[in-house]
Amino acid sequence: MLKYICKRLLLMIPTLLGIIFIVFTVMEMTPGSPGRTILGTAATQEQVDQLNHELGYDQPFLVRFFDYCGDLLHGDMGTSYRTRTGFTTELAGRMPTTLKLGLAAFVLSSILGVSLGILSAVKQYSFADTFCSTTAILFASIPGFFLGMVLIYVFGLQLGWFPTFGGSDGIRSYVLPVITLTLSNTVIVQRLTRTTMLEAVRQDYIRTARAKGCSQRRITWKHALKNAILPVITVMGINAGSVMGGAVICETVFSLPGMGTYILTAIRSKDIPVVLSSTVVLSLIFCVIMLLVDVLYAVIDPRIRERVTR
Amino acid sequence: MSKLQTEHARRKRDQRREHSRETWRLFCKNKAALFGLAILILFVLMALFADVIVPYEKAIAQDASVRLSGPTAEHIFGTDKYGRDVFAQIVHGSRRSLSLGIGTTLLSVLIGGLIGACCGFYGGKLDAVVMRICDIVMCIPALLFALAVVAALGADMMNLIIAITIISVPSYVRVIRSVILSIVEQDYIYAARLCGTRNGKIILRHVLPNAMGPIIVQASMNVASMMLTAAGLSFIGMGVQQPTPEWGAMLNEARDSMLDGHLHLLLFPGAAIALSALSLNLVGDGLRDALDPRLKS
Amino acid sequence: MNEERANGVPAAGEPLLQVSHLRVSFQTDRALLCAVEDVSFTVNRGETLGIVGESGCGKSISCMSILKLVQGENVRYEGGEIRYAGENTLTMTEKQLQTIRGRKISMIFQEPMTALNPLYSIGDQMGEVLKLHTKLRKGEIWTRCCEMLEKVRIPNPGEVLQRYPFNLSGGMRQRVMIAMALLTNPELVIADEPTTALDVTIQAQVLDVMRQLQGEYGCSYIFITHDLGVISEMADRVVVMYGGRVCECAETDTLFEHPYHPYTRGLIASRPYRGMQADRLPVIPGNVPSLSNKPTGCPFHTRCPDARDCCREAFPEETTVAEGHTVACWNYAKK
Repeated sequence: MLKYICKRLLLMIPTLLGIIFIVFTVMEMTPGSPGRTILGTAATQEQVDQLNHELGYDQPFLVRFFDYCGDLLHGDMGTSYRTRTGFTTELAGRMPTTLKLGLAAFVLSSILGVSLGILSAVKQYSFADTFCSTTAILFASIPGFFLGMVLIYVFGLQLGWFPTFGGSDGIRSYVLPVITLTLSNTVIVQRLTRTTMLEAVRQDYIRTARAKGCSQRRITWKHALKNAILPVITVMGINAGSVMGGAVICETVFSLPGMGTYILTAIRSKDIPVVLSSTVVLSLIFCVIMLLVDVLYAVIDPRIRERVTR
Repeated sequence: MSKLQTEHARRKRDQRREHSRETWRLFCKNKAALFGLAILILFVLMALFADVIVPYEKAIAQDASVRLSGPTAEHIFGTDKYGRDVFAQIVHGSRRSLSLGIGTTLLSVLIGGLIGACCGFYGGKLDAVVMRICDIVMCIPALLFALAVVAALGADMMNLIIAITIISVPSYVRVIRSVILSIVEQDYIYAARLCGTRNGKIILRHVLPNAMGPIIVQASMNVASMMLTAAGLSFIGMGVQQPTPEWGAMLNEARDSMLDGHLHLLLFPGAAIALSALSLNLVGDGLRDALDPRLKS
Repeated sequence: MNEERANGVPAAGEPLLQVSHLRVSFQTDRALLCAVEDVSFTVNRGETLGIVGESGCGKSISCMSILKLVQGENVRYEGGEIRYAGENTLTMTEKQLQTIRGRKISMIFQEPMTALNPLYSIGDQMGEVLKLHTKLRKGEIWTRCCEMLEKVRIPNPGEVLQRYPFNLSGGMRQRVMIAMALLTNPELVIADEPTTALDVTIQAQVLDVMRQLQGEYGCSYIFITHDLGVISEMADRVVVMYGGRVCECAETDTLFEHPYHPYTRGLIASRPYRGMQADRLPVIPGNVPSLSNKPTGCPFHTRCPDARDCCREAFPEETTVAEGHTVACWNYAKK
């Protein structure tokens, strides 16, 4: 198993290089040069060229790409054009906010989604099931930013229970953003869990378990759930990506000082190194999560375990 | 083509027709899906006949005298902070929002379908390279990648479509490739190959029609989330720009006004997005259940 | 465990389980479809009862009803009773049933590929039966599982217990199923087409193991199959079913030598045997009627060579033609 994890970690290096290359290429399509962006239209062409040279922007594309990768190895993730501060300093300040928000939403939506999905499947066609399924399709249709604004209006402005913006109020300032981010992802997990559970309880091995004298509870939690959870884990991994994307929008709605608002400011001011490095960092986190998903898969399913450890 | 093969192709086509009829019958039995379809048709009609319902002029004309008014007989959904009519903005915004959802889906199905079909059909190096690229792109959180693309190309409707298409193509390539791979193995494709039918013709006449089911399921499940992603990008200012009416951008405008209690600016565009996404989701679920009864939930 | 059984328990030959007038239906959108109608049979201690019939004749559903294992929300146990140890299993609560399932009556299923949970090891799944029904400790459970695997002639039982279902061949898995069914020393084992999915050579081995274990433990078997060869080898008595009804019931030898019911005669005539002098096997014309358009009267009349008017109108009552030999056919009905 350890060997498999090491192999996967090694395989992540080319993937990461690929990600950097793709994002680097996309950023290359930005019209204008960084020198012009930083100095503005008032500067002369000479000043702009001078600055471009200092930034190494006059080098060919591939040279800059490998320079960037080399710097990355030394832990240097570039410097913001706008604020002239190192990216890593800014990252250290903002990452905790996004991590707290994302992690809370991810964990909550996974737990809630799986348990509601099981409830729906076990009590198929009951009131609880109809209620869950109807609510699920409703919440799948409500965009997070709209939901967030409604929550701000109701619980922030009208009831005054939670702050309406900023992250200065400790845990209370995270309640509404976490709810917003949790709901839409819960729905995805709930719907899939319901489907896979219903599929699992139809299998022959469930009949065998019943014939053995297992109680309904044991059948649900031991025999059906373990089989039903496999596809759900994959989707949870993909959800981690959409939680990160959702965090960008969520932070905007609630004006939280996290990575999302940082990236957005960077995009608006064409702060290429920041956009590049933020995307790379978040993609790296996503890759690690996907790796965890695969490892978890192998832990649960002996067939996969046998295949990957061989 | 040999006589036998034409005969076989005809039988296949008849089977497919029979299958579509059956799908439609199953779809009609699903009341929620029919309800969704009705709402969806209303929205599409609204988008098509936007100019007939209310002139475009009203959606962008600023009128300082009626700023931030609530719903009145004159402005049934009220006005925004520039005095523009919210109803007109919603009607005309439907064009952008719907075409962003449906248009990008069609575009990604088309592009993803072609790439996926080629990968599945030809295999080899092309397949390996494309799949590797897809893997890598899928490792970048989708919304972030779309943001990066919009950041590089500049924020407008066209670039938004490009960005959203780029992030959704890889998943279509994967789905379609695997469907194609399972179809290519089947006997009638061997038969067509043995008869010397050209590859392009095989893909168009035999492979793609048979792959339609899974493609439709995948696409219909994705339309709503594509629309929501597009609206989200417009909401954070990375999509359709003012003063062009678009629901996501309208909600962005509503943020400051909402704090002053002008709820109508929040509720109407929000409801428009939610309702159209709901209709797309219901239709998507209905289609999935009808096309693939095994997955029925 | 064997000693427990010997004390104060009725001797072999006495009735162990009595199914009488069982009626099972499925509720569908359109109608209530009757899958099993007025089915009665008895299983005696220590004997093997064979139930034979084409697929869809209700043989599996009748037997699954004994433990109320028929899957789905739409099952209706409409009537009759299944008497086991003085109680009707059809009216038992789920909790009472759980104490019988796997302990007193256990089952062996047809599909060895899917009947075991792919995610748990063989040891886990076998041990679960003992964990549920006995107070044995972990080590004891392990030894008992090993012994049982040895009895079904699986080499290296200790190692096999740590393997997963996908590591084993079909025959191995079926033997694991048999071992699992006999772990608790049950009084009755219901085997639902246990050898249908296996190769002929493996089939013979599995049947051999089952017979040997019956001799050792003295349990009764209900053996469901559509294979007359297996029946003639395994069963002491045979129940022939068609269209959800019992047509004939007799001792195995009697049935093969003197079949009464036209369906039984057709079944026996359509068996190939060595030295057969025919170009084609004799067949029963027609197909099994589906549940939704079951014919009235005797369900076999549509394919019966001797069908008469009365066959279309009502189902014939059971007639005893010899001791222990009953037939439900108008041709033998007492006027």
